[in-house]
Amino acid sequence: MYNKVTPADLAYLKSLIPESRIQVGDEILSDYAHDELSGTENYPEVLVFVTSTQEVSAILKYANEKHIPVTTRGAGTGLVGSSVAVHGGIMLCTSKMNHILELDEKNLTVTTEPGVLLMELAAYVEEKGFFYPPDPGEKTATIGGNISTNAGGMRAVRYGVTRDYVRGLTVVLPSGEVVEMGGKTVKNSSGYSLLNLMIGSEGTLGIITKAVLKIIPLPETSLSLLVPFPTMDEALDTVPKLAASPINPTAIEYFSRDVILFAEDYLSKKFPDTSSDAYILLTFDGAPGEVKANYEKAAAICMENGAIDAYFVDTPERKKSVWDARGAFLEAIKSSTTMMDECDVVVPRSRIADFIKYTHEIAADLKVRIPSFGHAGDGNLHIYICRDDYSSEEFEEILNEAFRRMYDRAAEYGGLVSGEHGIGYAKRDYLADCLGPAQISLMRGIKGAFDPNHILNPDKVFRT
Amino acid sequence: MDIVVCIKQVPASSNVKVDPETGVLIRDGANTKMNPYDLYALEAALTLRTREGGTVRVITMGPPAANDVLREALYMGADSGILISDRRLGGADVLATSYTLSSAIKTMGHVDLILCGKQTTDGDTAQVGAEMAEFLGLPQYSNVRSITPVNENVIQVVSELGSTVLTAKIKLPCLLCTDAEINTPRLPSYKLKKQIESGEEPLSQISLDFFEDKDPKHYGLAGSATAVERIFPPDISDDHAVISGTGKEAAAQVLDVLLQKKFL
Repeated sequence: MYNKVTPADLAYLKSLIPESRIQVGDEILSDYAHDELSGTENYPEVLVFVTSTQEVSAILKYANEKHIPVTTRGAGTGLVGSSVAVHGGIMLCTSKMNHILELDEKNLTVTTEPGVLLMELAAYVEEKGFFYPPDPGEKTATIGGNISTNAGGMRAVRYGVTRDYVRGLTVVLPSGEVVEMGGKTVKNSSGYSLLNLMIGSEGTLGIITKAVLKIIPLPETSLSLLVPFPTMDEALDTVPKLAASPINPTAIEYFSRDVILFAEDYLSKKFPDTSSDAYILLTFDGAPGEVKANYEKAAAICMENGAIDAYFVDTPERKKSVWDARGAFLEAIKSSTTMMDECDVVVPRSRIADFIKYTHEIAADLKVRIPSFGHAGDGNLHIYICRDDYSSEEFEEILNEAFRRMYDRAAEYGGLVSGEHGIGYAKRDYLADCLGPAQISLMRGIKGAFDPNHILNPDKVFRT
Repeated sequence: MDIVVCIKQVPASSNVKVDPETGVLIRDGANTKMNPYDLYALEAALTLRTREGGTVRVITMGPPAANDVLREALYMGADSGILISDRRLGGADVLATSYTLSSAIKTMGHVDLILCGKQTTDGDTAQVGAEMAEFLGLPQYSNVRSITPVNENVIQVVSELGSTVLTAKIKLPCLLCTDAEINTPRLPSYKLKKQIESGEEPLSQISLDFFEDKDPKHYGLAGSATAVERIFPPDISDDHAVISGTGKEAAAQVLDVLLQKKFL
């Protein structure tokens, strides 16, 4: 068991950090006791707003010696309880480490503190003619959080995920030691990639206090095609054909009419087209000629495969009318029900249609509403199980059964528990089932090597 | 119902640059789009056509490159487009522009309804629609957020007038300037684009010679009542104040600021 924070511990923390950046007990707002979705809730005993690597180092060294758990929190936009202090202890909030430190135009890197928001970083580099491609839906997440969950997003089809853009990290280990992993180099074949272990480790191995991220030149132009299909089957069956053709899409998203209608209600704004049951949204970027050639080919493929039409989303106003709705899907579904939980499963692209059909079977069988949308281009689905009129107890039972069936089916298809939201607290048991004891045991070994006293975000990813 | 929609090609960027020497708007020919406010007028027209039958024709004034904006309207579903292009029409202010457009519409035969966007994103005057109605001798309403046909000759419109909402029944023909609240414009269709590209484009071009009044002094720079002394971009300021403290302290400070600025 862990030690509680004592008055002596608090006095020590106050000797390290100005009191104005420390909150205790009732001073801590309820926001810091939960994240956006998982239902995991617990208050930290102390909340510290850190501002430097040195502060993080001093706190970790002390917490490690005193065996006090430490949870790192960015903007708290996670969906699986990763940033919830389930064992109390100290919460380090990185929101004040929100400075972009350098844009290196020769090496095409941007160096940033972890508390910078994704939308701030994206706007900063774009203003200077560069592009940070990872594009998770939650733009108010911090970069530190994005790295810690290996966040993906819509542009993964063409550009990959956060992992592909992390060149270097400054990491504070639980001992207080500060290590530099990777750097500005493009290649790295120098021993085990600790950098890649840190990415997606959800605050369980070390605390990221600085990141060197890869950027690329800003594409000249970008255009989307909104493609209506009579049925979801026809829409999803077209996706592998699009992926296999030389059209180089940036994103291939799918959504159904009912999800658009939730977004219309939520935003009080009409979507440009709601006449079809199923939609694919394709995005292209690059030089204008290349984009035109690619969208023409893509539209032709869609039409050959049963699409009703293909609509151009080409001006800032049109992009706003479509992407505002797409960006609001999660919140819109959330506001359509009393409570919900999410399955962020990822399956091979060829099995998306089968998997979605299976969720419809589960919905009918368990008599529960399961809307979904997601990244058809990379097989990552966002499936929401809605409580609606069920009692908490009834819903809990339905939820467990639905999750169990979905994760089992995903495993059968060669899929995995999480595509981009992480495991955190909520999905630990599903991960253990999916990966099996050998892999979980290796993960435990890695955890032990970084954090022998298990003070960093304990009980996350797998049971401690 | 036979509807004419007035549309305009504007710079694609909302950040319109002004030549500091000449004060002329820098228009990058390659980078243009349909004036966003015109999309609402066009959507309103297409919706009315679906309900009532009839035709939707679009009209624009500009260089030959402005055909692109007519094509975009065709891909959204307009039946045909007319480009008014003539060097003698260049340099027109709102008065000369309104006169030109109204002269062109007079050549278009039977028209029940003329729709305009509320304003353009490059000129921002919001005057052309109303001035056209004067030249055409038609009733006109601005900021229209709904149009409902009552019978063959009458429509009912709801117009947003700041603190007042006006509902009016108007005899056709008339001219309406639509508000952005009226609808969500449809997107241009690949299917229509292919169809149009495979046949003869329903586009035509007219010049001053087609108008009843052929006096060049009534058009373009010569027909403009406005003498522009200077055009300059507005100062963009990011002045801001940071209010900090506890919630209670900050709230008191916000209240002070609002009172000082006479917002309360």
